[in-house]
Amino acid sequence: MRKLEGMSTYTLPAALAEIVDDFQALTEPDRLQLLLEFSRGLPELPERLKDHPELLEQVVECQSPLFLTIESEKNPDGARKYRLFFKAPQEAPTTRGFAGVLHEGLDGLTAEEILAVPDDMPELLGLTRAITPLRMRGMTAMLGRIKRKVAAASRLEH
Amino acid sequence: MSYPVEQNEKFASYANPERLVSTEWLASAIADGAIADGKLVVVESDEDVLLYETGHIPGAAKIDWHTDLNDEVTRDYVEGAAFAALAASKGISRDSTVVIYGDKSNWWAAYALWVFTLFGHQDVRLLDGGRDKWIAEGRELTTEASQPTVGEYPEVERNDAPIRAFKEDVLAHLGNPLIDVRSPEEYTGQRTHMPAYPEEGALRGGHIPTAASIPWARAAAEDGTYRSREELEALYLGEAGLKAGDDVVAYCRIGERSSHTWFALKYLLGFDTVRNYDGSWTEWGNAVRVPIVKGADRGAVPAAFASN
Repeated sequence: MRKLEGMSTYTLPAALAEIVDDFQALTEPDRLQLLLEFSRGLPELPERLKDHPELLEQVVECQSPLFLTIESEKNPDGARKYRLFFKAPQEAPTTRGFAGVLHEGLDGLTAEEILAVPDDMPELLGLTRAITPLRMRGMTAMLGRIKRKVAAASRLEH
Repeated sequence: MSYPVEQNEKFASYANPERLVSTEWLASAIADGAIADGKLVVVESDEDVLLYETGHIPGAAKIDWHTDLNDEVTRDYVEGAAFAALAASKGISRDSTVVIYGDKSNWWAAYALWVFTLFGHQDVRLLDGGRDKWIAEGRELTTEASQPTVGEYPEVERNDAPIRAFKEDVLAHLGNPLIDVRSPEEYTGQRTHMPAYPEEGALRGGHIPTAASIPWARAAAEDGTYRSREELEALYLGEAGLKAGDDVVAYCRIGERSSHTWFALKYLLGFDTVRNYDGSWTEWGNAVRVPIVKGADRGAVPAAFASN
């Protein structure tokens, strides 16, 4: 975890902080290109989820259909880690790109780490002008949904 | 120099057949080298800002509705100088034939075409069926960025009045035909935003008094092409009750879906005076003291507003 300058007590997990740094180091067109790379890097759903769309929830705030779910697994050291799964169509690269960022930044972390991510973290990517504030909302909603699901699941386990 | 117009039976029945091209026609024009020669400029305009980068028609340029066509500060379109610079950078000259296509049955393509028309660009056409039809037919796509030869575009002053309505124009227009192209839920006021677009909401739900509800997608066939003239007439003359010579205003939420309907009324059915109210429901539904009707009935213009 590390603190971001000027973001009060905001803390980001290392992988997500690195992604934010990468975006911030780029010009706007290159940021879009990087988002496109994240959309290409979004992993496919595992077979067991592909066959069970009912296990995924739709985030309706997204401009294109986006479905997600989480699963938890116990590490040998006893810590419970959360796995994230997303489904978004190829013809919605912006939505897929956001999902790719959250997947790479948050997959396999603990509930504490995920819940500590500030709700307005998507603003840190510097895409608001190019994507429109409106479309940014889809990503904020995705993050919110992940945090709600992780919070609910970790309450059940305690 | 204008590129030859497509001749086919479907288009011939429309009022302005020269405003549409088919995927077959575009594919063969490209094969003939029309883009390479600079005779034709193809533009992709999508809702998703990254879609073009995932693959586009070879040689097509990208114009983004938000970052390229909208003013960054004021809720308005760019001015003449910015438009001239944009067009030139995409290889467009004042006399170029421009073919626009995009996602979602050409919502944003029609919107871009409408903005080109605000600047009086003469020869701008829509690819019937848009991006989805091109892809469904297995036609060529590339991720290679296009490198257009810079065009020569003069600084033209935007001429809004003929095809763009502002709120005051709509108030003065009350009593004349209006087409509401939003979903039935938005029209009746059940919803104050479009499904999945919660931020483009409004404080009040409903429709402008007397507006006919013809959701935009009813003008499109399954494959995203425009319906035949006969079908469009049944929809707009029959169901909506428009009559030849009517002065019509179309609106939606921010003016993009209604651009699709504006195109159908103006160029396919040949109404001379059709304006797109781009302020649309995000303005009207938030404005103070404008009349609104809730429910499925068209309603009547309140006496205080009945100037017509």
